[in-house]
Amino acid sequence: MAEQDKILHDLTQSDYKYGFITDIETDIIDIGLNEAVVKTIWEKKNEPDFMLDFRLDAFRKWQKMKIPDWAYLKIPPIDFQSISYYAAPVQKPKYASIDEVDPELIETFNKLGIPLEEQKHLAGVAVDVVMDSVSVKTTFKEVLAEKGIIFCSFSDALQEHPNLVRKYFGQAVPVADNFFAALNSAVFSDGSFCYIPKGVRCPMELSTYFRINAANTGQFERTLIVADDDSYVSYLEGCTAPMRDENQLHAAVVEIIAHDRAEVKYSTVQNWYPGDKNGIGGIYNFVTKRGVCRGVSSKISWTQVETGSAITWKYPSCILLGDNSVGEFNSVAVTNHHQQADTGSKMIHIGKNTKSRIVSKGISAGRSDNSYRGLVKIMPGATNSRNFSQCDSLLLNDTCGAHTFPYIEVGNKSSVVEHEATTSKIGEDQIFYCNQRGIDTETAVGIIINGYAREVLNKLPMEFAVEAQKLLQISLEGSVG
Amino acid sequence: MLTIKNLYVSVEGQEILKGINLEIKPGEIHAIMGPNGSGKSTLANVLAGRHEYEVTAGEITYNGEDLFEKSPEDRAREGIFLSFQYPVEIPGVPMVNFLKTAVNEHRKHRGEKELTAGEFLKLMREKMDMVDLHPQLTNRSVNEGFSGGEKKKNEIFQMALLEPKLAILDETDSGLDIDALKTVAHGVNALKSPETSTIVVTHYQRLLDYIVPDYVHILYNGKIVKTAGKELAFELEEKGYDWIKKENEK
Repeated sequence: MAEQDKILHDLTQSDYKYGFITDIETDIIDIGLNEAVVKTIWEKKNEPDFMLDFRLDAFRKWQKMKIPDWAYLKIPPIDFQSISYYAAPVQKPKYASIDEVDPELIETFNKLGIPLEEQKHLAGVAVDVVMDSVSVKTTFKEVLAEKGIIFCSFSDALQEHPNLVRKYFGQAVPVADNFFAALNSAVFSDGSFCYIPKGVRCPMELSTYFRINAANTGQFERTLIVADDDSYVSYLEGCTAPMRDENQLHAAVVEIIAHDRAEVKYSTVQNWYPGDKNGIGGIYNFVTKRGVCRGVSSKISWTQVETGSAITWKYPSCILLGDNSVGEFNSVAVTNHHQQADTGSKMIHIGKNTKSRIVSKGISAGRSDNSYRGLVKIMPGATNSRNFSQCDSLLLNDTCGAHTFPYIEVGNKSSVVEHEATTSKIGEDQIFYCNQRGIDTETAVGIIINGYAREVLNKLPMEFAVEAQKLLQISLEGSVG
Repeated sequence: MLTIKNLYVSVEGQEILKGINLEIKPGEIHAIMGPNGSGKSTLANVLAGRHEYEVTAGEITYNGEDLFEKSPEDRAREGIFLSFQYPVEIPGVPMVNFLKTAVNEHRKHRGEKELTAGEFLKLMREKMDMVDLHPQLTNRSVNEGFSGGEKKKNEIFQMALLEPKLAILDETDSGLDIDALKTVAHGVNALKSPETSTIVVTHYQRLLDYIVPDYVHILYNGKIVKTAGKELAFELEEKGYDWIKKENEK
């Protein structure tokens, strides 16, 4: 197994593996945020008029809002005026073939292990690569177009399908939903848009790799996925970022709309720079992800493997509006060193006979804090609804923390809500058992952790699952002692 | 192969082994018997390198090298195998993945090419027949949902896969019915060669009907108080441990 070798090699490197910076000329606007900046972004993006109203509305609401302080997180003060809100690689126009792409950019992808060249050949993965906010390259577009599937950058969607975007945009996450969603709505630069027409089963996993590249640039990605009646799509999101000393802010918004009998699977592997061993640097990740099961018998499932970021604030949620609709949340969140994560899900049952399932596996090491926060809310009209929640925490040492904050509100008598929770410490006897079979402690911890998280990892598409397993192991190097 | 000189071991400040001397040559089978609490399992665990056990004095050489210099995983890779008294469960980790990693760690250590998934599965099927283990068990998580007997068989199955030079069976017979006991003993005997040695730690004589030892040592109160051939086991069975206790408390 050459793969095992590679893992061992990676384990011996104590620094963040993806900590490199690509030297590509970048078009950055001056730091600071005001109405003029919002307008500049709108102009640079050459967006339709309704977007200016949307952005300004969001900005004005955001100005009156405060950073949420209810999470179990210590958030250092963030100076929103010291951030530049737009950065785009100075490479235009877009390329017809991959040969035309800046070789240095290709090199970056190679370091990330996602060479575009190979991506094309990889079994059915279309990649819309987002490098610093502007889409650089979109593959497989033609194949998807045949089925009537739209999968493009958000900018392109606004140019080519403005009415479709306008119809669904801000439906799952309203502009003033929360502080970070409002900020995103005002200044987001790009992201992905996906529309699956009626009755179409998307033949491949749709995948977007996000990458933060320009220094001191907040990242505000926007994703909108719409699945029309009887359609199906599996969407993958994976991220890495270069090493930095100053903190980088990330506030993405993802919206999903599922119509009658549509199913959307959204999988994330998040591996942003978590800061060094002393808690210096690292990404601040404040994400709003929400799906609306608008149609009857629709289904939305969120699966996430979170290993990165200094601060994670993220609650992928489902609003179960349609009768018989189903929401799922499967999560593995790893925190090491000084990382802080407050993550979980919200399941809002509105339609009758709606079902939801939450499986959360927290793994804490170092001096980190790992919290599960979840809301299960069953409205009076959501008769015969069901929820099952399982929240497990695994501690790797005595200096880390695991916390669980479940909120349950049940508004009718015919619904059933179950909540299970466990907390355990990794077993010395399990590690010794592995040692005695010739497996060193680092590998043993990786094996045990992957076993613990297996239920969630199994929900990931195959190629992602392999990546996620390696990540879990690498993230926890040297953490048992 | 293995030389233990004047070994003293403490666990949480309490002295368990009090001056053990033992010499094991290639091809030999040594049985270590003794009443509960005499230190049998401690000896087995010290050999495997479990670090809760603190060696306060003495030395152990394995193939001429200082055993205490080696990590538990290196001891394993160099041929020391411990069949656990209580094999631990590792939820979510399929047996087959666990064993493939283990086998390949051994092979890497010996400078051999790692086995592909196909090669490993073939090897696994061969070895499984040896201990009559149900093939479905390898798809389960490590020791999870295994009966007591299956766990012990699974230990011997792993031994067959890893082909140790020095196998230590820590009360492998406890909790086994007679059929399982025979199967386990059959596996151990099949793996025996003039180059390999076995330490059988047991409470009862019955396992020694099937795995015939060259030497029987009686461990009592942290010391080896009696060493003889296999006949000692029968004598012990007949007279009981009180015989040893009385003799040593005179």
